[in-house]
Amino acid sequence: MERLTFDLATQPLRELNTFLHNDAKDGKARHVTVLNPDGAHNIAVGLDCPVEVEIIGHAGYYAGGMNKAASVTITGSAGTGVAENMMSGKVHVKGFASNGAGASAHGGLLVIDGDAGLRCGISLKGGNIVVGGSVGSFSAFMAQAGRMVICGDAGDALGDSLYEAVLYVKGSVKSLGADAQYEPMTDEDIAAVASLLDQAGLDHDPKAFRRIASKRSLYHWNADANQEY
Amino acid sequence: METKPVQFKNLSREESYGYDRKTLDYIRNAAAHGLYEIRGMGAKRKLPNFDDLVFLGASMSRYPLEGYREKCLTKTVLGTRFAKKPIELDIPITIAGMSFGALSANVKEALGLAATEMGTSTTTGDGGMTPEERRSSKILVYQCLPSRYGFNPDDVRKADAIEVVIGQGAKPGGGGMLLGQKVNPRVAKMRTLPEGVDQRSACRHPDWTGPDDLAIKIQELREITDWEKPIYVKVGATRTFNDVKLAVHAGADVVVVDGMQGGTAATQTCFIEHIGIPTLAAVRQAVNALEDLDMKGKVQLIVSGGIRTGADVAKALAMGADAVAIGQGVLVALGCNGETYFQNGAHHDAIADYNALGTAPGFCHHCHTGKCPVGVTTQDATLEQRLTPAVGAKHLKNYLKTLNMELTTIARACGKQNVHHLEPEDLVALTIEAAAMAGLPLAGTNWIPGQGF
Repeated sequence: MERLTFDLATQPLRELNTFLHNDAKDGKARHVTVLNPDGAHNIAVGLDCPVEVEIIGHAGYYAGGMNKAASVTITGSAGTGVAENMMSGKVHVKGFASNGAGASAHGGLLVIDGDAGLRCGISLKGGNIVVGGSVGSFSAFMAQAGRMVICGDAGDALGDSLYEAVLYVKGSVKSLGADAQYEPMTDEDIAAVASLLDQAGLDHDPKAFRRIASKRSLYHWNADANQEY
Repeated sequence: METKPVQFKNLSREESYGYDRKTLDYIRNAAAHGLYEIRGMGAKRKLPNFDDLVFLGASMSRYPLEGYREKCLTKTVLGTRFAKKPIELDIPITIAGMSFGALSANVKEALGLAATEMGTSTTTGDGGMTPEERRSSKILVYQCLPSRYGFNPDDVRKADAIEVVIGQGAKPGGGGMLLGQKVNPRVAKMRTLPEGVDQRSACRHPDWTGPDDLAIKIQELREITDWEKPIYVKVGATRTFNDVKLAVHAGADVVVVDGMQGGTAATQTCFIEHIGIPTLAAVRQAVNALEDLDMKGKVQLIVSGGIRTGADVAKALAMGADAVAIGQGVLVALGCNGETYFQNGAHHDAIADYNALGTAPGFCHHCHTGKCPVGVTTQDATLEQRLTPAVGAKHLKNYLKTLNMELTTIARACGKQNVHHLEPEDLVALTIEAAAMAGLPLAGTNWIPGQGF
């Protein structure tokens, strides 16, 4: 069976997730459509195979959480922690995303067409995030690796306590967090932004973005940091 | 005329209680460096603890069991509330969560080997699961920590249970740290960090805030594991009555309560000594919370923080815990604070290495430096060879066996055929403080402070 539809108005979530973990992995469906998500939490979490899941409507918390290899599309908006701890694959939110989008993602690509809430990309560990709109405060907090492309504006304390992740912002930044700094865009940066925008299907001039990375002044514990840890 | 001050020979040598030499030393250090002290291990100050309780062995009014011969069950089942595959342990003594990073890979393997032989569980820590510990542990609890270092769904699926860590007894409200000396290439890679950075771990989870969110997070972990694995929630002991209730509300199968005597590999001393409540007080509050919700026996309670002996285990169980978790005791069994280490078939003196750290066996809390003289809390390629998995496992197995024998012999003396039948009624307290905290009568009275006369 190539295509399959789950209707969450009549079928329990557990059935859907169990199907995706087992039958889909065994190749029993390549494409799964989820109807009437109605903001349910934990839709399509823990996927472990290259299945395509399309959620028609709005998803609650942790949609596509811990995704590996699968491609999850949400036609509406997503709640807190969409694609949290993603390892690989892709999660695409066509609407808006709430707080902690892409939190601690180790890999894969998270695309949010609209705006993202607070702490987008917090503790990012190697995943890539492209936000078509703006991101809320404390985004990329303690982000360790990976890249974030923000086509709109950013709130306060962007990139606070950054490690090695790199952020690109097109719009205004209300404030940078501790240890984050603007750096010149290199050709490599422009190519990276162009590639991510392309993968996200968004049309912006890569040269219009600014690069933000860590000053690395908090990497070692010292008395002169004035508690900025 | 010149006057000389009157000399009071003894009083002029009187040490101040408030400004004793330790405090003076602390202030001078603070003034010299502008940094708080970071160290390993747990609270060193004197606290009411399980030593302040004694058992009322059977006598005329109770009938004891024969100490060695008669059956006394120790089987312990955890995670019966929602999980399809609860954890079954042969003994109610588990190995507490300690990270690869804090401990060497050899130590993690030793823990797994010993725990497996004894039929109990080990627990991962910050930084993720190592293949060594997964391979050596029959039952492995996988921690989901705020930092999410090395956290991944494959290991979630490989785990036997998941422990969502909210806090730790040594530092409730504080995140972790791993100083650069211990962030070697392997640790750095597992945690996606540059080598040698002084690593900070977040104190809050990145994708949820508060108990209502936690309920959804737990549901996510259940959905990912198809509702098979028990989900534990670990809290550092502070407002334990409310915290345990909220953990139950959030859907925990098992609640782990870690009191302030619990250890750490590196934390500010001001946290270790000044945040959190003693384990004794925490157990009572946790049990009260479960009873208040009518969840005693449905949600299991694991107690940790300063459990050292079989008597400690028995007392924790009598107060209402289903199992205990041990960290520091386990490390001591492996050689922590010992004068020698065992390598290539012989004991070697480690005292010079303690001296180099400015300490001596019996006082060492230098886990944070990574220079553990006996090779336990280190990532140093030479030092870690001082503890091999086989030798460590042998000692740890002996330690666990001893604890279990002590536990069962106490239970039999109290007339119990099952260690889980030990009950608060078997205990009294030796001090008013312990009586008040544990909610047990002061020995020889029926007075429980705070509960009337």
